[in-house]
Amino acid sequence: MSTPQNTPPAGKHHAPPDPSPARDGNGGVPLVKLINAGKRYGAVIALHDINMEVGAGEVTCVLGDNGAGKSTLIKIIAGLHQPSSGTYEVEGAPVSFSSPREALERGIATVYQDLAVVALMPVWRNFFLGNEVRKGFRMDIAAMKKMCKDELLAMGIDLRDVDQPIGTLSGGERQCVAISRAVHFGAKVLILDEPTAALGVKQSGVVLKYIIQARERGLGVIFITHNPHHAYPVGDRFLLLNRGASIGNYDKNQVTRDELTGLMAGGAELEQLSHELESAGGAAAEIGRELEEDVTELGISQPTTTTESDAR
Amino acid sequence: MTQTAEAPVAPPPRADERVGRKSPLARILARPEAGAIAGAIIIYIFFFIIAPPFRNASSFSSVLYVTSTYGLMATPIALLMIGGEFDLSAGVAVTSSALCASLFSYEFTTNAWVGVLVALALSLLIGFINGWLVIRTGIPSFLITLGMFFMLQGLNIALTQTITNQVSSPDISTLQGFNSAREVFSASWTIGGVNIRTSVVYWIVFVIIATYILLRTRIGNWIFSAGGNPVSARAVGVPVAKVKIGLFMAVGFMAWFTGMHTLFLFNTIQSGQGIGNEFVYIIAAVVGGCLLTGGYGSAVGAAIGALIFGMVNQGIVYAGWNPDWFQFFVGALLLGAILLNTYIRRRAEASI
Repeated sequence: MSTPQNTPPAGKHHAPPDPSPARDGNGGVPLVKLINAGKRYGAVIALHDINMEVGAGEVTCVLGDNGAGKSTLIKIIAGLHQPSSGTYEVEGAPVSFSSPREALERGIATVYQDLAVVALMPVWRNFFLGNEVRKGFRMDIAAMKKMCKDELLAMGIDLRDVDQPIGTLSGGERQCVAISRAVHFGAKVLILDEPTAALGVKQSGVVLKYIIQARERGLGVIFITHNPHHAYPVGDRFLLLNRGASIGNYDKNQVTRDELTGLMAGGAELEQLSHELESAGGAAAEIGRELEEDVTELGISQPTTTTESDAR
Repeated sequence: MTQTAEAPVAPPPRADERVGRKSPLARILARPEAGAIAGAIIIYIFFFIIAPPFRNASSFSSVLYVTSTYGLMATPIALLMIGGEFDLSAGVAVTSSALCASLFSYEFTTNAWVGVLVALALSLLIGFINGWLVIRTGIPSFLITLGMFFMLQGLNIALTQTITNQVSSPDISTLQGFNSAREVFSASWTIGGVNIRTSVVYWIVFVIIATYILLRTRIGNWIFSAGGNPVSARAVGVPVAKVKIGLFMAVGFMAWFTGMHTLFLFNTIQSGQGIGNEFVYIIAAVVGGCLLTGGYGSAVGAAIGALIFGMVNQGIVYAGWNPDWFQFFVGALLLGAILLNTYIRRRAEASI
């Protein structure tokens, strides 16, 4: 872990972050890099001027509230959409994916929130669905079961029985099977779309553990979440989105967890909301005052003015 | 399970302490066909006691024959239901195929085999249209095939009437190639005084093929996933549309096969035949453990479901009861099977 530094966020810096020394030998070339990427749907600007990167053995967290543009960003990286401006580079070379399959071939795998698993099918059948190992016409079931079990073990998942329906696993375990499946089929970069959104505290911890496992195995991870408490412990970089634009792009040593939380909550907006509630009077005013206290407590009331150097 | 061969080198207790609790009985009960097997045994014992003629080998062979005529169709219907779709047109599609073969070869005085091949093309086409419409429109197959059911039924009766001025197809036994076709589709042998029809053999062969495809090939994997969660299946690269259209065409193929069997057994086909059979096929599949929602079931289960149907069908006659009671029993059977299956599946899932 990096030593906690109290240096305040350096404000917005839209320039690509300094090429920090790569954690392992990759010549420092990021696996995935977006330069000034934007996306328009007709007149709607869904994303604007986004810079981000993830290298091997790194976790880049993308934080943002609903509607911040996280999904659009994933869709661009996953190859579902093309950026309408800016550049998308994979391992240093500009790319233009026309389908998720092409992205997959370059090792960019996406594990979606709603999980691509078939609940009534056994774990091993799910694991190899669409990529079945065959011996002539029939499937090589023994080999697949063994590979599935081994691969899950390598991720630290000790399953009771790979023959059980995947629906009998917990949400966290299912998420992990989906992650290790992506790893097994050659993913270099994992895009995890809100993997902890529907999970309880303990299950979220399990998933976070596997994110770290994946990082230790040298994968680049793009971790999309709206929960800074999940992002901060595992992330190396943090990209904050709000209304389709970047409101911050930090390395871990540039930001503390509380600052991240404050930024995420959108200090200014929260403050405004609290004023609105207060002026409404009655019970709403009560909530508004509490909200205001929270905002002050978090210390980042005006991220735009960047005067939060007094934050603890 | 001959995996014990690796025992000498394997580290001592490879079994996970967390799986020990599952008894062999629970393992059997966890199979989709468990309820059907239990039901088949009960019904067999019931008629064995109550209807003396039921005990003869020859009467059991006729039970098997009746079973096979339904079982041939119940097999692809089970696959289709596992794949998440219905086919209500399957019953009359059998008649359509048989009518097509007989009318074509009779009216154009061709070799019987020409009619057989034309009927095959028609049956596959019907299956394809069903599947294609379901995939392209996204309308539930229940509605699409209900429409197809009425269209085929109307065509069967109207076209037969127009062409032959009768309600049945002409006798084609004088046509060239008839005898060889009969040898293929509707032969029978006598073994030890028991008459066995080829349809029984074909039925068993097709059940084995279907089971193999379902459990041992990747197409089987795709069928389960297409029914269980088509969106996810598509996301990991399973060609869901092709799988589903293929399943509808498999139903078409077996409708053709069953139609040919009937045609070459009786030489002629009633144009109104087959109505209601689609429900028998679905009942056999459901009694055999197929879920109406797709993604779960087995071909063996559907075969046993058909066997239950055949046993009740013949058992009532052997017991000397009024055959009018038959449909009541079929309905009760279906309800009982659904309740039993639901109960067993909950138990099995809870005991994992």
